[in-house]
Amino acid sequence: MTKTADVVIIGAGISGCSIAYNLAKKGVKNVVVIDRSYVSSGSTGRCGAGVRMQWGTETNCKLAKQSIEFYENANEILEYNRDVTFYQGGYLLLATTDKEMDQFKKNVKLQNSLDIPSRMVSIEEAKEIVPHLNTDELLGAAFCQKDGFLDPFLTTDAYYKAAKRLGVEFMTYTEVTGIKREGNKITEVMTNKGSIITGTLVNAAGGYSKNVCEMVGIDLPVYSERHQILVTEPIEHVQGPMVMSFSKNIYCQQNPKGPFIMGRGDDREPRDLRITSSWEFLEEMAKTVTSILPPVGNLRVIRQWAGLYNITPDKQPVYGTAEGLDNFYLAVGFSGHGFMFGPLTGIVIAEMITKSKPTIDVSLLGIDRFEKGNLILEPSVV
Amino acid sequence: MKDENVIVCRCSDVTLKELKDLIDEGYHTFEEIKRLTRIGMGPCQGKTCGQIVLRELSRATGKPITELDFQTNRPPIVGVKLDLIAEEAKKDD
Ligand SMILES: Cc1cc2nc3c(=O)[nH]c(=O)nc-3n(C[C@H](O)[C@H](O)[C@H](O)COP(=O)(O)OP(=O)(O)OC[C@H]3O[C@@H](n4cnc5c(N)ncnc54)[C@H](O)[C@@H]3O)c2cc1C
Ligand code: FES
Repeated sequence: MTKTADVVIIGAGISGCSIAYNLAKKGVKNVVVIDRSYVSSGSTGRCGAGVRMQWGTETNCKLAKQSIEFYENANEILEYNRDVTFYQGGYLLLATTDKEMDQFKKNVKLQNSLDIPSRMVSIEEAKEIVPHLNTDELLGAAFCQKDGFLDPFLTTDAYYKAAKRLGVEFMTYTEVTGIKREGNKITEVMTNKGSIITGTLVNAAGGYSKNVCEMVGIDLPVYSERHQILVTEPIEHVQGPMVMSFSKNIYCQQNPKGPFIMGRGDDREPRDLRITSSWEFLEEMAKTVTSILPPVGNLRVIRQWAGLYNITPDKQPVYGTAEGLDNFYLAVGFSGHGFMFGPLTGIVIAEMITKSKPTIDVSLLGIDRFEKGNLILEPSVV
Repeated sequence: MKDENVIVCRCSDVTLKELKDLIDEGYHTFEEIKRLTRIGMGPCQGKTCGQIVLRELSRATGKPITELDFQTNRPPIVGVKLDLIAEEAKKDD
């Protein structure tokens, strides 16, 4: 059975769903989203879903700020029958080295110039914001009240439902197995449930973005790496903001409903597609969190899980067409922060496909930056 | 009793009505329902509510319970305090 589509999107995570919704909103008909499992089954449903405006480059600040402003109104805009539960308790970024202090000061200056309401806070003020914070090694911190987190599954579900209402077709439990190209065009997508002749193809396959590119003979300079996360039993609400330290390698938030959620990266992770949980993570996480937020040590871990980061050489996403293929778009390589860019990912990719005027100039994020050596140096990632 | 007054998941405070609404909207796997409602993600990790969800799914889809997938079991099986894990880890350092 062969069907036809104007646009096929591979991946029904936050990126694919947001792209589909924005295309349909712009009047594109016949959009098909394919996922090998259910909506949000990839990294999206496994992520911390933290969102912050506190970035160190202008493009990232703008992408994050506008995405957060969208999330503030997502229930209304997407006419959602549930609640994406956006909680804006802020992000407190800890500075424990002079270098971090200098960087945060620079970042705050840039952020303020873009109307992001972040500020430097003293050790005493940090302690007021998070009373159980151990300030022994602290030099200062940066804080932005607008930052926070959402429920990733409900948020993606909101996009999914809105897209469906606008006529987008979702083929879940369907795996893309091959892609046909003729010259500089993609012509057909093969799946285990038949093939689809398409005018445009979007790779929003998250941790599997490289595998999808291999199907068309493109070597994408990205790799995937497991990142782990855990959740504790719930207690009364005591921690307003997400607490994050780049040098201590930790982020830890409390859901207003009670449980603490925390994660960290690990440089020694092999670059593959495993998402099993490890005891080492639990140990390292426990050591770090009990030193930075000592009372949290009293809580029991009830669950740990893992998902994939899809990482580029400069830890910034790739937006735009793949080299040599003008109807094949990439929305990949989010390097651990694709959820918070979700709304703008949808907008910028839909604008590229429909050749409309861009909301934000993301030309710096094209795939050609790696070959040209124009890497973006974003100083603020975990 | 009305469905909105019947709690199917005590840990995450989910009612039978919420569960049935989702099934009506077309969510027919435990994983999807779990993620949308937090059913089965509370301290008991679904030991209490899991069977009720499967029973409702079985009724709605006509599939026997044995053919429905339950959620992935996630470690640790019983809750361990972070302090304890940290102490043990420091001994190995
Ligand atoms: C532990 C952890 C914590 C994180 N915390 C945050 C955070 O706090 N804030 C933040 O912004 N980001 C965070 N991230 C990153 C975030 O999860 C990702 O950047 C984001 O979810 C990427 O979304 P996506 O839609 O691009 O990809 P995904 O959600 O991975 O979706 C890709 C989809 O493609 C499908 N697919 C792949 N190959 C095929 C194929 N061949 N055929 C059919 N379907 C296919 C998959 O099934 C999958 O559903 C975190 C990630 C992890 C793992
Ligand atoms: S009753 Fe549902 S998780 Fe415990």
